Amino acid sequence: MQQTNVLEYLEKTVLRVPEKLAFADDKDGLNFAQVSHDSRAIGSYLAAKGYYNEPVVVFMRKHPKCVPAFFGCVYGGCYYVPIDEEMPRFRIELIFDNLKPRVMLCDSHTVEMAKTFEFAGETLIYDEVIQTVVDDAALADIRDKQLDTDPIYIVFTSGSTGVPKGVVACHRSVIDYVENLSETLGFNENTVFANQAPLYFDACLKELYPTIKFGATTYIVPHSLFMFPIKLVEFLNAHKVNTVCWVVSALTMISSFKTFEKIKPAYLHTIAFGSEVFPIKQFKIWRAALPEAKFTNLYGPTECTGMSCYYHVDRDFELDEAIPVGRPFHNTQILLLTDKNELAQNGEVGEICIRGTCLTLGYYHNFEKTNEVFVQNPLNDRYPELIYRTGDLGKWNERGELVFVSRKDYQIKHMGHRIELGEIEVNVNMMEGIQTCCCIYDKASDKIVLYYVGDMELKALVTVLREKLPRYMIPNKVIQLETMPLTANGKLDRVALKNQFEAQKKEK
Amino acid sequence: MNDLLEILENLHPEVDFETCTTLIDDKILDSFDIITIISEINEEFDVVIPAEEIVPENFNSAKALHELVTRLADE
Repeated sequence: MQQTNVLEYLEKTVLRVPEKLAFADDKDGLNFAQVSHDSRAIGSYLAAKGYYNEPVVVFMRKHPKCVPAFFGCVYGGCYYVPIDEEMPRFRIELIFDNLKPRVMLCDSHTVEMAKTFEFAGETLIYDEVIQTVVDDAALADIRDKQLDTDPIYIVFTSGSTGVPKGVVACHRSVIDYVENLSETLGFNENTVFANQAPLYFDACLKELYPTIKFGATTYIVPHSLFMFPIKLVEFLNAHKVNTVCWVVSALTMISSFKTFEKIKPAYLHTIAFGSEVFPIKQFKIWRAALPEAKFTNLYGPTECTGMSCYYHVDRDFELDEAIPVGRPFHNTQILLLTDKNELAQNGEVGEICIRGTCLTLGYYHNFEKTNEVFVQNPLNDRYPELIYRTGDLGKWNERGELVFVSRKDYQIKHMGHRIELGEIEVNVNMMEGIQTCCCIYDKASDKIVLYYVGDMELKALVTVLREKLPRYMIPNKVIQLETMPLTANGKLDRVALKNQFEAQKKEK
Repeated sequence: MNDLLEILENLHPEVDFETCTTLIDDKILDSFDIITIISEINEEFDVVIPAEEIVPENFNSAKALHELVTRLADE
């Protein structure tokens, strides 16, 4: 029978290699039998308590146990919503407002912090819940009712109005992604992943699901190692890691400090990176260090389940060139639409729009925002068909490869994270003493620069901002101004600020 | 030293960098900060910090970092 549930991956694998290490970090590990047991115990608990088809907040430290926590929610017919202890309190409250969750799963560490949340629902502790006797009949009953269009997770992305948006994905789009990504990157049971992405983003799908599909192994890299390049490579070698799907900044952290002159990743043969420009100078260092390895650029929005396009690097690039986004995965189509909603021709720039099973279900409890970007395919006036408008501009190059050009709006990519500059501005404007502010992004130096006018002291502003925004959204430079430059129409003059910042850089 | 303190204080206005000696041990600095600090030091002082020097001991205090930069600048 055709696969309709992501858990079928785990169920087939656990029969084959129950004792094999599935998920581990530098201290602990879980084999497939343990992952399967803990997931089913959690699912059984949720079923017994009557939680069904609703969000379960998973608030745990990054640890192998997070994985059975996620799958446990799916076993229970619910969907997991990972949040993280590093998320600012204010953001977590916004997420809870959106979800109205009745149940939250913690570990023994985060449960203390969770007590300070304004949360009236039930708080569970992982180590206690997995003591639940597995109720196979209840789980079978839930499975029987599940459809492949039912949700399995919600992850939150930056929203320009200051409120994060929860992207809801279902079994079918995740299965579509896992199958096509695995085929494209050549994963198999010998794959050893090193996970870098936080588990509260869809980026971790690349390791989580192929691991249970193939009976592969994923090592969660301790966050602190991404500060210390030599220790990081030593970790990869100690665990014979052969595959990484990382943000570009994690890879360039290694290459830019001449780490390869001291130590090389000895087993690494598959390197995927995504959603960010890989500086060619750094890329060449990687390629020179690992000439036999396969390098693949991935591109895609969270709204279309992980990644949508890939490009296997098969030629050299000049320092001022960008590595193409390439072509869509099997069963996904890219439409480049012009302002007139026509297909862009011959190298013309258009908005990258995505069509296919990969589309997620939309934004949770937010039909308004969903309907703005999940829209009827304008090229189809015959039957309902949704496409997702990414807001990214792209073009086809002369080789027929898709190339990313820029954003339509003020969304940026910084340190691998997708950020709406508007979300930073909204949070600054909310502070007392602030008259106005404007955020710009300097691409060359990869810096977010905040300009503001008001009585507030710079230090106080940054301190308050840290309580409201994740740290990757904190501006790298904050500059106080007497007056804000305005355009003729009275709008904030972002171009003038950009020019001002450029000029200041040159003065130095 | 003052230029260095300015770089650090820009990142974390809430920290007293003149006295703190556990910037890494207490997870005050994270990988974003380290990368930023290294690139700012490169811009400001024209000093490249090589991989083998990017270890916790050199980043635990402003003093240790300053000593590292001074040593590398002399080399």
